[in-house]
Amino acid sequence: MSTVLPAGPGSLQSNPRLDQWLHFSGDGFVDVLSGKVEIGQGILSALAQIVADELDLPIDRLRMMAANTELSPNEGVTSGSLSIQDSGSALRHACALARAHYLEAAALRLGVPATTLRIDSGNIIAEDGRQTSYWSLVEAGLADLAVTGSYPVKSAADYRWVGRSVPRTDLPERIFGQPCFIHDLELPKMVHGRILRPPSPSATLSSIDVEEARASAGVIKVVRDGSLVGVLADSARNADSAVVKLARHAHWHETESLPDENTLASWLKSQSADSRVVEVKSIADGSSAPEVDRTVRANYSRPFIAHASIAPSCALGRIDGDRLEIWSHSQGIFNLRKDLALALAMEERQIVVRHVAGAGCYGHNGADDVAFDAAWLARAAAGRPVRVQWSRADELAWAPLGPAMAIALEADLDDTGAVVGWRHEVWSNGHSTRPGRAATPALLGSWHQAQAFVPLLAVNVPAAAGGGAERNAIPLYAFPSWQVNNHRVLAMPLRTSALRSLGACANVFAIESFIDELAHATGADPIEFRLRYLHDRRGRAVLDRVVEMSGWRAWHGREGVGHGLGFARYKNSGAYCAVVAEIEVEREVRVSRLVISADVGLVINPDGVANQLEGGAIQATSWTLKEAVRFDRKRVTSDNWESYPILRFSEIPAVLIDLVPSTEASVGAGEASLGPTAAAIANALFDALGVRMRDLPLTAERIAALLLAAN
Amino acid sequence: MARFNFVVNGAQHAFDGDGNTSLLEVLRDTLKLKGSRFGCGANQCGACFVLIDGAVVASCDTPLWAVDNKSVTTVEGLGRPDSPHPLQAAFLAEQAAQCGYCSSGMLIAAAGLLARCPTPTEAEVRAALERNLCRCGSHNRVIRAVLRASGQAR
Ligand code: FES
Ligand code: FES
Repeated sequence: MSTVLPAGPGSLQSNPRLDQWLHFSGDGFVDVLSGKVEIGQGILSALAQIVADELDLPIDRLRMMAANTELSPNEGVTSGSLSIQDSGSALRHACALARAHYLEAAALRLGVPATTLRIDSGNIIAEDGRQTSYWSLVEAGLADLAVTGSYPVKSAADYRWVGRSVPRTDLPERIFGQPCFIHDLELPKMVHGRILRPPSPSATLSSIDVEEARASAGVIKVVRDGSLVGVLADSARNADSAVVKLARHAHWHETESLPDENTLASWLKSQSADSRVVEVKSIADGSSAPEVDRTVRANYSRPFIAHASIAPSCALGRIDGDRLEIWSHSQGIFNLRKDLALALAMEERQIVVRHVAGAGCYGHNGADDVAFDAAWLARAAAGRPVRVQWSRADELAWAPLGPAMAIALEADLDDTGAVVGWRHEVWSNGHSTRPGRAATPALLGSWHQAQAFVPLLAVNVPAAAGGGAERNAIPLYAFPSWQVNNHRVLAMPLRTSALRSLGACANVFAIESFIDELAHATGADPIEFRLRYLHDRRGRAVLDRVVEMSGWRAWHGREGVGHGLGFARYKNSGAYCAVVAEIEVEREVRVSRLVISADVGLVINPDGVANQLEGGAIQATSWTLKEAVRFDRKRVTSDNWESYPILRFSEIPAVLIDLVPSTEASVGAGEASLGPTAAAIANALFDALGVRMRDLPLTAERIAALLLAAN
Repeated sequence: MARFNFVVNGAQHAFDGDGNTSLLEVLRDTLKLKGSRFGCGANQCGACFVLIDGAVVASCDTPLWAVDNKSVTTVEGLGRPDSPHPLQAAFLAEQAAQCGYCSSGMLIAAAGLLARCPTPTEAEVRAALERNLCRCGSHNRVIRAVLRASGQAR
């Protein structure tokens, strides 16, 4: 036996008790508790494969329990593509210990040495055929067992479930339209709550006449605290129409607090900032300072981007005495509990947060905010449960946004065209205002109360966690020296937080575009140019494979048709991914095909990984071609699917995926393909038209303007 | 107040109430059929699609009076786990979803397509699903699933 993956005990360190992870119930099932939550990525199914292998159980004997703060291990936030590392590793070791424990108990009962026993489908069988099972040994409970070290886990050769494309256990209910989302949850005596959100980020409520709303059909109560106004009604529809009436009689004080959406990059660069050196690499000792022949510079940017989940945020809350229960699709139920306690002046032990699946989640969206809304309204509901569902407009305008970013790159070249110096500067708001991490709550509604908490300023997660704006800003290429600086912009007119891959997408877009520019400037082939500086074996492998698979060398470009490449190792420590984009440009850019090669270490579920990589690449295509949050000087104006368009079926590229076989430690796949895809499309655009687009998104208007300028 | 009579998934229903109530609200909150999902409430995303006399319609902005004496099919009416619609079987075979919030509307749009065009081309599948949004990027799997359901496994 050997430890192949995940190597360490992951989240076990903070949650060592075995019964925090596993319950062997008397009915022949094992309940598996993970603190990680299902957000549409298939994580619970992947974790089930790991558990099935380690316990020698068929997968249908496992029940993957939705996390809640009462019973589940606290595994922080389900983010950063870390779930397989954290939870997979912990579960693997917890199962190994449980298995060893039950083998011992069975040995005692059957009077034979444990080493002579084998386990098949949960039955523990002696050589003479006598047997017992996990479930008949339940009394040999796990309650007092703590995992204090690593236990020998199975080797890859013994895996029966890991490595196979096992169908997801949670898809059938979704395909048959069964109630499975938080939106479908109904509680006895439930009422419907809605919040009247301000018209603009800086608006405050001057006055409001609530009488018409109060008299409106089905309205139970109108609640106001400062600029926070909500309504309780007997139906969703009555709550909605009461909010319309509230809006009609509300007078807001609004200010021109937003920057000019057309000059975001210069706005970012002109703000006061928390400026830090991310990394300096100096010329190796003993080598002389290089001769710089010329310096090449370029500036890149991306706008604010919305999460734009297909479902609006939703939560249910109920207050019973001094106890608050919340049902939420939050990515971090323990952190939400902490901030709810802060915002509502409660003790954490008075609050239970239960996770219920929402629609696809790509970062810190409105899930936590709507949970506060439900809790706040529940206080006025006399013990009845309150369901709050945001409108589409509130979802697009009020959920945190992925920050706009400006990136400046400089490369010093010697007279052979070799890169001898490299500088990377990032300007951006911080990439996290997640709950649970500050002294005051990160919950939107709590910032609008009369005794308001101050809106949190976004920060960047520590470098050890991959960084925020500076994620993937350190080059993966072996240049002799570099300096990477990060400027965290301190003015935050639009609320920003974590969106899929944080700063990585824009940084990789910028670096990989710039590499392409340098290759062209020095007359080098862009693949050769990368390979010259890319010494990491696994990185070179995905590049080689994507070049091979896409038929790169046999490509025949023509006017208006181009191909381009992008590469990165996510967070500089996670999955390797190389993407070739093939595009056609008429008025607009149409991506016809994406070819993706990735190395995510040992693959738990190949189809699941392919699904994540493809989903990430398609989302990145949408960001790259179409997406920008729109606003005037006061208000966010892109608050429906027409003003915030995303990629549609007619625009979806064919996607070809290749996974590098590997026995290295498993890493997440959900965020690896975004940056390389954005860069590959921009590089393909240059190949097709000969113009370099450095500002996202690559819209028809911008291309036309650039072509005009070039002529 | 008026009475509206309509069929949902083969069963006759009568609803007394405001004819401007959206069909989606009646399906979800009165009939407890949660399969049709709310996404936007404005006929812009497809999550709430149902078939009304065979036509693919956004139930979120269809008032109840518009379905009087009509027949509605929701995703629950397509098939069940023990007797799946060919599209549902194909969606499972292709694992054609991530979060699955868009799936009901996609299945309905595809069912509407296959009813009028049993062996569509890929371009026809894309066109039929153009009004359905998916944020997770499951589109190519959905296209494969629809082609598979039409007997054109690729
Ligand atoms: S919810 Fe009906 S189309 Fe979006
Ligand atoms: S699978 Fe999540 S929106 Fe389509």
